[in-house]
Amino acid sequence: MTDRGLGKKVRVKTIGCHGFCKQGPVITVEPEGLFYCQVDKKDINEIVQSHLIGGKPVERLFYVEPATGKRISKYKDIPFYKGQTKVVLCNCGEIDPSSIDEYIEKGGYDGLKKALLEMKPEQVIDQVLKSGLRGRGGAGFPTGLKWRFGRGSKSDKKYVVCNADEGNPGTFVDGAILVADPHAVLEGLIVAAYSIGADEGFVYIRHEYPQAIESIKRAIIDSRKKGFLGQDILGSGFSFDVSIKEGAGAFVCGEETSLMASIMGERGTPRPRPPFPTDSGLWGKPTCINNVKTLATIPIILRRGVEWFSSIGTEKSTGTAIFSLTGMVKNTGLVEVPMGTTLRHIIFNVGGGIKDDAKFKAVLTGGPSGGCLPADKLDLPVDYDSLTQAGTIMGSGGMIVMDETTCMVDMARFFLSFTQAESCGKCTPCRMGTLEMLRLLDKIRSGNGEESDIEKLQEIAITVKEGALCGLGQAAPNPVLSTIRYFRDEYEAHIRDKICPAEVCKALIKYTVVPEKCIGCGACLQICPSNAITGKKNEVHVISDELCIKCGACLEVCPPEARAIDKIPAHEGAGH
Amino acid sequence: MQGLSRADLAEQVIPSLQEIQERLGYIPREAITWLADKFHLSEQEIYGVASFYSNFRFTPPGKHHLRICLGTACHLQGGDRLLAATSERLGIKPGETTPDGLYSLERVACVGCCALAPNIVLDGEVFSRTTQQSLKQLLDSIDRQDKGAKKSEEGSQ
Repeated sequence: MTDRGLGKKVRVKTIGCHGFCKQGPVITVEPEGLFYCQVDKKDINEIVQSHLIGGKPVERLFYVEPATGKRISKYKDIPFYKGQTKVVLCNCGEIDPSSIDEYIEKGGYDGLKKALLEMKPEQVIDQVLKSGLRGRGGAGFPTGLKWRFGRGSKSDKKYVVCNADEGNPGTFVDGAILVADPHAVLEGLIVAAYSIGADEGFVYIRHEYPQAIESIKRAIIDSRKKGFLGQDILGSGFSFDVSIKEGAGAFVCGEETSLMASIMGERGTPRPRPPFPTDSGLWGKPTCINNVKTLATIPIILRRGVEWFSSIGTEKSTGTAIFSLTGMVKNTGLVEVPMGTTLRHIIFNVGGGIKDDAKFKAVLTGGPSGGCLPADKLDLPVDYDSLTQAGTIMGSGGMIVMDETTCMVDMARFFLSFTQAESCGKCTPCRMGTLEMLRLLDKIRSGNGEESDIEKLQEIAITVKEGALCGLGQAAPNPVLSTIRYFRDEYEAHIRDKICPAEVCKALIKYTVVPEKCIGCGACLQICPSNAITGKKNEVHVISDELCIKCGACLEVCPPEARAIDKIPAHEGAGH
Repeated sequence: MQGLSRADLAEQVIPSLQEIQERLGYIPREAITWLADKFHLSEQEIYGVASFYSNFRFTPPGKHHLRICLGTACHLQGGDRLLAATSERLGIKPGETTPDGLYSLERVACVGCCALAPNIVLDGEVFSRTTQQSLKQLLDSIDRQDKGAKKSEEGSQ
């Protein structure tokens, strides 16, 4: 830039997640709001030459609307963005996350100043309570109420914790916010500390998120320098400081009592509540634990007011919901919509519909603790209560879309294998129940299922749900129960007909070469890791059922003009 | 360590284990004894904590550390099939290291790049939108580099 005399005209800055992950890497040019997507290193020169020097934007890098084939230059006009309401994510992709000054320019730390200098802790808690904000970690407990309990506990020492142990596979909202707008989370945490009267705080963050760790570390240092952390913050007499605790790879540590055990250096196992952490938490002292998204919402509530915030969303679920939209949907990325928005809007308007225009089959919210909803639930409004009623949960923000290539039995098994592996083993319903359910699902998937297995599954699921000690176990059966509730026919196909309708379950399918279509190119032969394919060049190839490990590599590399590899039910045709 | 309470010491256990693993790539037996001594805890207590968390390993990792993401989005788009193919290619199961010490293979629950699934992590670098083909090419190129390095090493001797 400087070499070309643009040093004073153009400012280059790095931003956090802009949201539209599918189109990454992205470059935006402000103030016009021009949006370049899937930019490669070699495109940079052209952008500088043509756009920044010549004033002519590089049209070929604009977003192409799949439905019309039209190029859209500004991100505000792209349906993925148009269908969203950015509230908590308003800074994400806008500001340089490593610059505290940019955060302050956007009104950052104004909420903190207001709270510390103009309001009593009780007044802050009142405001948060009035805003209707509910915990974004999944359970939806009113944040203001939690703070009031924390405030009410008498103690010489109190703690606040930011729960950034986003362990739900398929969810990356908290990580993205911490990278893109770390000060918002920090500001929220300081306000929480002021409200309950804590002088020490922790950010408990996943080890798997090195960027987020760097980001929040830097934010803490910068915030200290500006006097938002430390002794006598802003001259208010209130002192508070934060340190970081990295997780060590245990999903159960997202549960608050396990998280506290982990901070104290113990095995991360949960304990029964009460006592609730706000009465007796870290080292026996009152501790208030909030999720990243919850804390990131606090500054904007204080800045823009309770009336404004509670006008967004529904009566019982105010504000916005943030999802990481992934799976078989065209537009994957970070999505923020008002609570009460329908699943259909999120998946089809914002998400752009199903990949390759395939048929929608199910959507999962809440990760391994959630449930799968079928097509006839697409008009369900997304809020805590509607989702719970339908058999899933809001969860912490994972929304995974599935099409006809997804087997629901396999999906239930996938989640069970996860929760079973992550079960800490402390309570029997979870330790044994998840294992038994996993065994039954494996039995069905391998084609050995019996009619009574579905009922057995349901029975164990309910026992685990009611008997488990913590949220992990209580929610682990959700994927099983919801798939049986909405996709029972798939279970029955596996059990009665020994068929996996989606052609996923390995024991029930086999890969075969269609002789008439094979062009003998050898692509499959070369990639097969188990040497299961034989055949001379230009001759029809053959897959050995004995050697095939069903990894599907052959199907992937078979040239599109041939499409000679087919998946068929395992019991069909004679084996080679 | 004097003057610190038992709770203060315990709090240091996980960060210490993390630092040891960061430097050595795994937690050797001796490290457990050393920590136990340092923190006035039993070896059982240290090992009990370390073995609870899946990030800690007790055997040295291979020269190349390959982790295949089996998060939900990756699973949907063939993460387990990538794992099956890789496991077959390397001749080891997840959690194991090849006898020549070149590769260790692991599954990871989610690396948070779900929108670009399926993902794999090789030596700390994330590779997104992985296909069987791209994974094969990646491992082929690593093998070639290693062979080349070995040859030039032999040549210089």
